[in-house]
Amino acid sequence: MKKTLILSTALAGFAVSAQADVTVMSWGGAYGAAQTEGHLKPFTTASGIATVMVDSDNPATPIKAMVEANNVTVDVASLEYADAIRLCDEGVLEVIDPAILPAGADGTPAMDDFLPGAVTECAVSTDIWATIYAYDTTKFTGEAPTTAADFFDTTKFPGKRGVRKGAKAVLEFALMADGVPAAEVYATLSTPEGVDRAFAKLDTIKADIVWWEAGAQPPQLLADGEVVMSTAYNGRIFNAAVAEGKPFQIVWDGQIYENEMYAIPKGAPNREEALQFIAYATSTEGLRQQAQWISYGPARKSALIEPLIFNDGKTEMSPHLPTNPANLTNALESGSDFWVDRDAELNERFNAWLAAG
Amino acid sequence: MALPPYADPLERIWHRTYQVICALVFIFLIAPILIVIPLSFNVEPYFSFTEKMVRLDPTGYSLRWYDTLLTFGMQAPEVPRDGAWFADMWANSTWVQAAKNSLIIGFWATIFATVLGTVAALGLSRPEMPYRRAIMAILISPMIVPIIIIATGMFFFYSNPCAILGFECGRLTSTYLGVILAHTILGIPFVIITVTATLSGFDQSLIRAAQSLGANPREVFFKVVMPLILPGVISGALFAFVTSFDEVVAVLFIAGPEQQTIPRQMWNGIREQISPAILAVATILVVISIALLTTVELLRRRSDRLRGVTGR
Amino acid sequence: MADAALLTTSDGRPLAQALVQAQARARRRAFLLVLPLLLFVMFSFILPIGQMLHRSIYHDGFSANAPLTGAWFARNPSGTPPDEAAYAALAADLAAMQAARTAGEAGTRINYVIPETRSLFTRSAREAKDLTPPYEASLLALDPKWADPAVWEAMRAAASAYTFDFYLVSADFQRAADGSIERVDENRQIYIALFVKTFILSAIITVLCLLIAFPVAHLLATLPMAKANLLMILVLLPFWTSLLVRTTSWMAILQGEGVINDLMVWIGVIAEDGRLRMINNQTGTIIVMTHILLPFMILPLYSVMKVIPPSYARAARSLGATSWTTFRRIYLPQTLPGIAAGSLLVFILAVGYYITPALVGGADGQLISNLIDFHMDRSNWSMAAALSAMLLAGVLVLYWLYDRLVGIDRLKLG
Repeated sequence: MKKTLILSTALAGFAVSAQADVTVMSWGGAYGAAQTEGHLKPFTTASGIATVMVDSDNPATPIKAMVEANNVTVDVASLEYADAIRLCDEGVLEVIDPAILPAGADGTPAMDDFLPGAVTECAVSTDIWATIYAYDTTKFTGEAPTTAADFFDTTKFPGKRGVRKGAKAVLEFALMADGVPAAEVYATLSTPEGVDRAFAKLDTIKADIVWWEAGAQPPQLLADGEVVMSTAYNGRIFNAAVAEGKPFQIVWDGQIYENEMYAIPKGAPNREEALQFIAYATSTEGLRQQAQWISYGPARKSALIEPLIFNDGKTEMSPHLPTNPANLTNALESGSDFWVDRDAELNERFNAWLAAG
Repeated sequence: MALPPYADPLERIWHRTYQVICALVFIFLIAPILIVIPLSFNVEPYFSFTEKMVRLDPTGYSLRWYDTLLTFGMQAPEVPRDGAWFADMWANSTWVQAAKNSLIIGFWATIFATVLGTVAALGLSRPEMPYRRAIMAILISPMIVPIIIIATGMFFFYSNPCAILGFECGRLTSTYLGVILAHTILGIPFVIITVTATLSGFDQSLIRAAQSLGANPREVFFKVVMPLILPGVISGALFAFVTSFDEVVAVLFIAGPEQQTIPRQMWNGIREQISPAILAVATILVVISIALLTTVELLRRRSDRLRGVTGR
Repeated sequence: MADAALLTTSDGRPLAQALVQAQARARRRAFLLVLPLLLFVMFSFILPIGQMLHRSIYHDGFSANAPLTGAWFARNPSGTPPDEAAYAALAADLAAMQAARTAGEAGTRINYVIPETRSLFTRSAREAKDLTPPYEASLLALDPKWADPAVWEAMRAAASAYTFDFYLVSADFQRAADGSIERVDENRQIYIALFVKTFILSAIITVLCLLIAFPVAHLLATLPMAKANLLMILVLLPFWTSLLVRTTSWMAILQGEGVINDLMVWIGVIAEDGRLRMINNQTGTIIVMTHILLPFMILPLYSVMKVIPPSYARAARSLGATSWTTFRRIYLPQTLPGIAAGSLLVFILAVGYYITPALVGGADGQLISNLIDFHMDRSNWSMAAALSAMLLAGVLVLYWLYDRLVGIDRLKLG
């Protein structure tokens, strides 16, 4: 009896392998949860199309591998801005016709409603997020870190640092901490001397760095006491601090912000449904729903008219958004032109530097 | 081990030290496995014992992480727990899906590995078997070749299995069959090893005796050979099942979103949302391994008794 | 001989011939039993790995996308400096690449041998359709790097899809401007160093396993059966417990605010801010892998020690040897087969380990398998294949050694 039960379950397993769900690949953790709550679940309710969320450290890499191996299992991927442009250039993404994007809730045509640059050939922005650094307030009872330079000052602020394992946003941050003004960061980084300077700055704390890969790791590293401060995606820290009451403080000095994009990998099994999903998720309503779960700013003007409130019903989101003027005093917009070309090379250099003990 | 009566004081001290060392090693072996059990009942989202837990205060303990296992991924976890809630849980809970997938994949991989492996082991144990050593080396190699190499090879091959013949015929990646085939390969060495070990004590003259008494090959197999090697086959099958049940790398490379297994979810959880829910899964898996180990040990003893082997 | 020929079976055939036939039949039958599995393993294990390894010498990223430049290389022998025809061919190829969105692919292929050339291709391709003759001047105006003979030499090498470049790169070599092979700069040497590190860490883990396993195996082998069986469960339980479970619990134990650190702070051995870092680094990899591989050392040691007769040691003692001499001269040599079996097995498994370093290794506790995964992830498949081939060669040598010294059929699982 029991055996037949297992057997029939197993046979059923073979049968269900070809269902038409929209599979969304995103970054996991609090951000993945925000997209699940703000985009996937309401979309399923509205359209009746089932959705699945898959996590990745950075969806750009598996997407490329999938397309090149002709083994695409993902319908929608959440990508960083430069990656969305680069992968589009490389023919890894489907072109998205902007005509599918609905007008804003206030009637503004979609292309006027989106902030400049938020819609590209192959991708549509879901939010604007930032790489910041945050520290554990219980670890610094006296003076607390306030500037990018403080992150590299281990005599004044002793303790381990969490840093994202990769060149992007790390090199820029190192240069800003070294005193390069935001406006000159990419000009500096375009020269070999500038790259050396960034690595030299990183060398000063190399022994104290704990590297992280998944966006959910920094709040975890801080909570576990593995590090006293860490670079992080600002929304992850916000959620840990506001929703879970962790004693984390964000330092906005030296923040690097950019658009996050939804795109469709070439050969996606459910392309039509994926387009429907993107149109829904990047509507005024979709953007606002996601912004109730994590402190990333919507990329449509119409979504910013009414004040955004966190899902606890009381926290006003605006002071926590990367685009709030108070947070932009020393900020850098991530250079997509720069990273489209240089991503592979600088990561290679970064990995060699990392391996060189 | 008893100390000989002629031991001098220095040797007695050494003997004590030796016993302490052994005790420490056993603690090293077992403590990491058992420690997850109390930690999984932590009411706080930490990976360590809280003060309340140490004081054995019942409010320091809770089943919330086990509850999370059921509700995570559900469409509507908040509603009252009626029939609809259970239907939702059964259909959508991430961990329940993972458990189903692990069982389906493990079941079929075990069946394939055990049948193919047992038949091959019967051939390998015959004295007439040609190229025995070389073939044995090939069949055991999935256990030796680094898993990343196996998974990488399978990723490309299963993406288009007919590429080698020059045409396309669909793919095995992101299918249950693909993952099952991969896990079958990984389980085979264990079946071969356990079944050939059982057969090594097998008296081949029993077969001739049965034949001379008029048994046909089928009767010989099912009435004489099978009962004797059954314990070996079952432990081989259990090994194959555990291998599949614990496997994550091949799943990472080959499985699609619909074939996520328990280890795959744990992998996600450990790398990202490290919550004590992982410890709750771990606790459940530890209980399962204790059950499986007990089964295997009982079988082994039965097998030894049947074959007249004494001791281990 | 003549007598033997006279012996016949009941149906009149010569006995010798009948025996040979019967034996051949038995061999065939035995082989047929193994055949299904052998075919299955060939098809879904050996073949995939072989196909993957083929990628380590095959990459058509440049050759397929730059046919005109390739044709120019075919017409002109190695060493010919690029002329206007070469630049014209390149410009046409770049324009075609832009249209087909393959400039990244071609650039990636060249980038393997000359770092920081990928962007040369992607940037130039973007401008290629606006280029005007003379192409040499206009391409050099785009980027003077196009005049670099090393770039042309690398393109010539890449014009054929078959190449050993990936093995060169995996051994930290590169192509110089004149086509010769040289070591890469020190700050770019990563592969050999990682292979060495993998072997050293594996050796450390093997030695630790041996040191820890030896006393326990000895205890198990000398205790009365009932007690030994009970303790054996403690050895086998980790063996049966999920790898991820064991890794998870080690994370709970070793991390900054984990069980051990909390305990030590509570006792007062270390200060609150002096918590030890035992995870997300090499230490983490070593501790956790030692724990995970320990049963693979204990079991072979135990099975050898169990059959060592205690009488030899007693004889040595009665002849006046000290307990240390007895151990060193009598007992230890007899355990050598077990030491060899256990050490080789642990070492083989450690060299190819992936999961544990990936989860608890941090930046400096990563092994070669993790680098293969890294390249797979980045779609650098030929690099992943070349590194796999080198790792596989090492493992197969050890496996062969294991078979020679121990014998594969002696492998036991509890």
